[in-house]
Amino acid sequence: MSPQQKFYWLIGGIVGLLAIASVIGFILRRRAQSENAIAVVDNLNARVNAWWSMVAVFTAAFVIGTNATLVMFALISFFALREFITLTPTRAGDHRALSLAFFVLIPVQYWLIGIHWYALFAIFIPVYAFLLLPALSALAEDAENFLERTAKIQWGIMITIYCISHAPALLLLDIPGYEGQNALLLFYLVLVVQLSDVLQYVFGKLFGKTKIAPIVSPSKTVEGLIGGAGSAILIGATMWWITPFTPMQSAAMAFVIVLMGFLGGLTLSAVKRSLGAKDWGTMIKGHGGIMDRMDSVVFSAPIFFHLTRYFFTLADSPSFQLFPGLN
Amino acid sequence: MWLSSLLIGTVRLLVGAAPRWAGSSPTNAQRIYFANHSSHIDTIALWSALPPALRARTRPVAAADYWGTSRLKRYVVLQGLNAVLIDRSRTDPNANPLDPLFAALDRGDSLIIFPEGTRQHQPLPGAFKSGLFHLAERYPHVELIPVYLENLHRSMPKGTLMPVPITCTVRFGAPLQRIANEEKQSFLNRARDAVIGAAQ
Repeated sequence: MSPQQKFYWLIGGIVGLLAIASVIGFILRRRAQSENAIAVVDNLNARVNAWWSMVAVFTAAFVIGTNATLVMFALISFFALREFITLTPTRAGDHRALSLAFFVLIPVQYWLIGIHWYALFAIFIPVYAFLLLPALSALAEDAENFLERTAKIQWGIMITIYCISHAPALLLLDIPGYEGQNALLLFYLVLVVQLSDVLQYVFGKLFGKTKIAPIVSPSKTVEGLIGGAGSAILIGATMWWITPFTPMQSAAMAFVIVLMGFLGGLTLSAVKRSLGAKDWGTMIKGHGGIMDRMDSVVFSAPIFFHLTRYFFTLADSPSFQLFPGLN
Repeated sequence: MWLSSLLIGTVRLLVGAAPRWAGSSPTNAQRIYFANHSSHIDTIALWSALPPALRARTRPVAAADYWGTSRLKRYVVLQGLNAVLIDRSRTDPNANPLDPLFAALDRGDSLIIFPEGTRQHQPLPGAFKSGLFHLAERYPHVELIPVYLENLHRSMPKGTLMPVPITCTVRFGAPLQRIANEEKQSFLNRARDAVIGAAQ
């Protein structure tokens, strides 16, 4: 099967899943009696509808090509950072640092992926932005809560730009025998992460009893985690044919993705609560903000990227070069 | 017009400006929307939060001594925002600076005004100038809708040229009720409290 054909099979499968979800949602809505049940089902249906839109945007970007995919992820970073900064108490003195983050760091980070400059992609934010941003804020001569403000902005940038950019960075890896198919690997990552989230939600709603972290993330249950994560890993293993992995390797990768995704959801929930919010925003109906959907990708993308790069690319491959085009 | 779409699109990308109606709803009634003022994008944010049909008949009020000074600024506020210019500095001592506003209200248009008169550094509005009181007295049938613009003082603090993306919710409150024979100052205090109330 060509990568194209694989892609269309995947899209077909997802559309089928969503159609089933929509039908189930429709039936549940007609059966729901109590006010509480109606609210749950309405939220479920809002989520399913939002999924249709998200799948449409994602598919369109994939079909158009690499640049469109990069632009889409750059916009995700933009809106995610906007949500993060909205909840973060910044001051007028941070204005220049924030302008730099939104209007320079985001485009540059994704441009570095576009030109396959891995070496700078990997250190641009943790080294250069890490030092320059607080310096810009310091020049504004406002020392009040300076360390807190700086630390929060840094954290937001690492999470929303640096970590998220590792998902489309999969496109720059040179994996022997897998040329021209990296988009499928990105698809695999997003599919496993999101299915894991959805299945944990479904198993949690059906069988959830024992809360894992009642204070930080009250909706996470042991039953949801075991059922959702287990089935997501199984699905990940059966998707090995779109990856450079064997079925066993694919199961192991899916395990890492699911585990990191879970930890991401948990950690960002704690961050959100420490900032005094229940949802990151209102951009995606039924889900909350864009960060409520990306929290698990944020943690799984960098680890998945580096594991794949370490075990499945060659040491002299172009993505290890210091500068693209030089050798 | 293309310029309006460009301004609205840019402001939505940067600050979202999603409306939240609490206590009032978007209807065809003639209205004066009055809001807190902390940045240059306040006007466009409030304007773009209105449904297109209402937006077409709602005109922001802008200061002539700022927005009328160059051809570009004039073009942007008059063509892009369909604004009414007001002479804050009273260049002609015999003219009533509110005349252009009366003209717009007489035509049946709604208005957007910022009764503080100038941009503030803080999230909550300062003291209101008397313009709103005179408009409210002269046009008793026009609904007075308090609006709170959230976060815009953070997005584009006074003195900066470029807004930073921070989500702004445009909170529309319940219409301000009129009290017969109310003193000017007490009306203005009530109006200001209504904007603060819309912030909750």
